[in-house]
Amino acid sequence: MIPSQKEWAEALIARQGKDLCQRFSSAAVAICGLGGLGSNIAVALARAGIGKLLLIDHDRVDITNLHRQQYKADQIGLFKTDALAAILAEIAPYTEVKTVREKLTEKNFAEHLKEAAVVCEAFDDAEAKAMLVNGILEQLPECFLVAASGMAGMDTPNTIRTRKITKRFYLCGDEVSEVSDAMGLVAPRVMLCAAHQAQIVLRILAGEYEV
Amino acid sequence: MVKVNGADLDLAGKTVSAYLETTDYDPRRIAVERNGDIVLKSQYDVTVLEDGDRLEIVSFVGGG
Repeated sequence: MIPSQKEWAEALIARQGKDLCQRFSSAAVAICGLGGLGSNIAVALARAGIGKLLLIDHDRVDITNLHRQQYKADQIGLFKTDALAAILAEIAPYTEVKTVREKLTEKNFAEHLKEAAVVCEAFDDAEAKAMLVNGILEQLPECFLVAASGMAGMDTPNTIRTRKITKRFYLCGDEVSEVSDAMGLVAPRVMLCAAHQAQIVLRILAGEYEV
Repeated sequence: MVKVNGADLDLAGKTVSAYLETTDYDPRRIAVERNGDIVLKSQYDVTVLEDGDRLEIVSFVGGG
């Protein structure tokens, strides 16, 4: 039996306090890329009670994703937007989820992201990351941006960190560990980086801007 | 002196492009901030660094 929306809100307030819950529930956060970073960020933010999540990805769930991404075996072949929306509906039924099944480009990103107070860059590809970061910093000056770089491999978890690069741009990761044939991604280290991103989003919404 | 990612370098008078050409950075994978503001990619060629500038170059690696 799923609790009512009122019970849900009361439970969150009991855990997080009324002020934070109001800030979180009135916020819209965009997640660009729904892989190892994005799917984990989305789950963390939905649990925290973010009011609206904008999930953006054009890809489908593949068997090679399941070792680090939130998807389930019976979701292979589904679009990630649909699969993650279904997962979030089970975890946090009162979070509003909007999905965009498109590849973000220099031409279309600003239109898709304009309603978000905070944008998470959660792409896999380095050039796509740079494109989105440059684009947001240039064209969406009011938006906070939380990006990620460097979380592959079996290195120590303790090098995953967050740096504040500019007033509105935060960067999570160790900034060096790149995916290669010799070094893949493992779930805990990617989740650590995703957790950094999600926590920075919550801190921004709470009005805590330092790292 | 210009502070680049925390290190003092003698770059005053050079453009961002001229500096980047002396490095291993891949221009397709970077974002450049100067004194806290993004430098537009289209402005790398004409942005002249000044004494006291702080430059932060973020170079992205793949994985996510």
